[in-house]
Amino acid sequence: MKQSKTSDKIIPKLLELYRSFGCEKFKMKRFEEYDFYLENKSFLKSENIIAFSDGFGRLLALKPDVTLSIVKSTGTEAVGVRKVYYNEFVYRAAGDTHEIKEIPQVGLEYIGELDRYSECEAILLAAKSLSTISRDCTLDISHLGFVGGLLDEVSADSSVKEQLLRCIGSKNRHGIADICKEAGIDTKLGEIISEVAVLRGPLDRTLEKAESLAVNDAMKKSLEELEAICKPVTDNSSVSINLDFSIVNDMSYYNGVIFQGFVNGISTSVLSGGRYDLLMSKLGKKAGAIGFAVYLDQIELAARSEREYDCDMLVLYDDQSDTAAVMKTVSEYAAEGLTVAAKKCADSTRARECCRVIGKEVTIVEGND
Amino acid sequence: MKEMINIALPKGRLGEKVYDMLERAGYGCPSIKENNRKLIFEDEKNGVRYFWVKPSDVTIYVEHGAADVGVVGKDILLEYSPDVYELLDLKLGKCRMAVAGYKGANKNSDRTLRVATKFPNIAGRYFDSLSREINIIKLNGSIELAPILGMSDVIVDIVETGTTLRENNLSVLEEIVDISARFISNKASFRFKNAAIEKMCERLTEELGSKDANK
Repeated sequence: MKQSKTSDKIIPKLLELYRSFGCEKFKMKRFEEYDFYLENKSFLKSENIIAFSDGFGRLLALKPDVTLSIVKSTGTEAVGVRKVYYNEFVYRAAGDTHEIKEIPQVGLEYIGELDRYSECEAILLAAKSLSTISRDCTLDISHLGFVGGLLDEVSADSSVKEQLLRCIGSKNRHGIADICKEAGIDTKLGEIISEVAVLRGPLDRTLEKAESLAVNDAMKKSLEELEAICKPVTDNSSVSINLDFSIVNDMSYYNGVIFQGFVNGISTSVLSGGRYDLLMSKLGKKAGAIGFAVYLDQIELAARSEREYDCDMLVLYDDQSDTAAVMKTVSEYAAEGLTVAAKKCADSTRARECCRVIGKEVTIVEGND
Repeated sequence: MKEMINIALPKGRLGEKVYDMLERAGYGCPSIKENNRKLIFEDEKNGVRYFWVKPSDVTIYVEHGAADVGVVGKDILLEYSPDVYELLDLKLGKCRMAVAGYKGANKNSDRTLRVATKFPNIAGRYFDSLSREINIIKLNGSIELAPILGMSDVIVDIVETGTTLRENNLSVLEEIVDISARFISNKASFRFKNAAIEKMCERLTEELGSKDANK
């Protein structure tokens, strides 16, 4: 089975992991003032904020995001590095159905006088979070300074650059070629943008290629940074770390390293994060920040589709069965760590194994029918 | 066991052309040509599993990972902006997204333009870019009927040859964007079945090249 752990089992492990690295828990209230989110709307993953008014007519919102609140609660001047983690629900309206969704989310934020070590540690914890979910996973990492530096070379207005960024994000080479042709961008530069969009692989195999694509100092500096960050993380975790510049995010909030985590068997990314110093300065904080969130709803969905059995052991009994014997049987199996269901008839219960209590005797039944 | 690539193909003429192209590229699955009611077609030797879905549903299957890759018109990608990789332009099923109607129907800028369409997002974005006030009427088919019955001033729809428009005295008034079939991939599949998907891309690119050379 690729994926059998449900988020119930994963959450405590993640929280323990963050605690063991000296992070403190951040507990937030369920609502914030709506204006707060409105001002930073493009930072949010979804535009569908759920708003309502309180008894004083103030417009409040069910929190769609935790990072903003943590940043808000940070002092203006940073002293040292504040390391916090959270285990919260966030609320969004689903895009197509407009249904209100409660989404469990676990995450981590390092805020303050960030140095190379603390940045690496945050990314190491992202990698370790992924391996907690599944051994078959990948952390894909990019640097916005690299892509940003490349787009700085493009002499066209910001809407063209936005389109190019979107094409890089979807590895759309023909789209990049079309845009360059239309906007009169140098074909050579266009080809470099294309190459950047599709370049992907472990750092030791892609770095050389990436270096050959770096056309200015900003790009070269970003690569040096990536290398310096990836090396210690790779050495200290079993997770495969891949360079992938198609990982993009809003450049008005994020600046340095950004990353996404994927787990085999789950169709979207389960972890996403990065360095967001620009959000900090937008909110008037003089500090650096890096963080990530783990999307537990995705894990939950995958776990459900993989479940083959309702329980490990089905204990069948009838009116003649000795109640104490049934209870003893159930308790013994449960103590072994199995999930046990005691029923009078099997109905549609899918059990890995099945036993029957006749009087005081317990017999294993072949097959579950 | 060889790892299988799940491929969602759009039902209809385009899908058949795309299958032929995949077959030429070495991803044949003879059972797909059998006339039966099966929904999924598998070829273990070539490592592919095909299924036909409604064209507008291809992106949904790919986004949810039920299909690793798929082929879909650019119109659907523009309308729904799914979170997928758009790896190749297959240059099949070429057509245009256009504003159409009776001649001059788009000229009256003194009132709100009524636009009938299957693509409200594309239409909305396009007229937004012109700062034009519009009223969208969402339809699911026979879009050309709307201006004829006076329900809308213009339509935003796919135009292939323009025959339907001409036969009803309608014509293309403004062109929005060129459309063709795109090869897309799920973002997680692209990572965990990377070698197989990259190989497929490569072979399709070769196939595209040889087609261009034959022209």
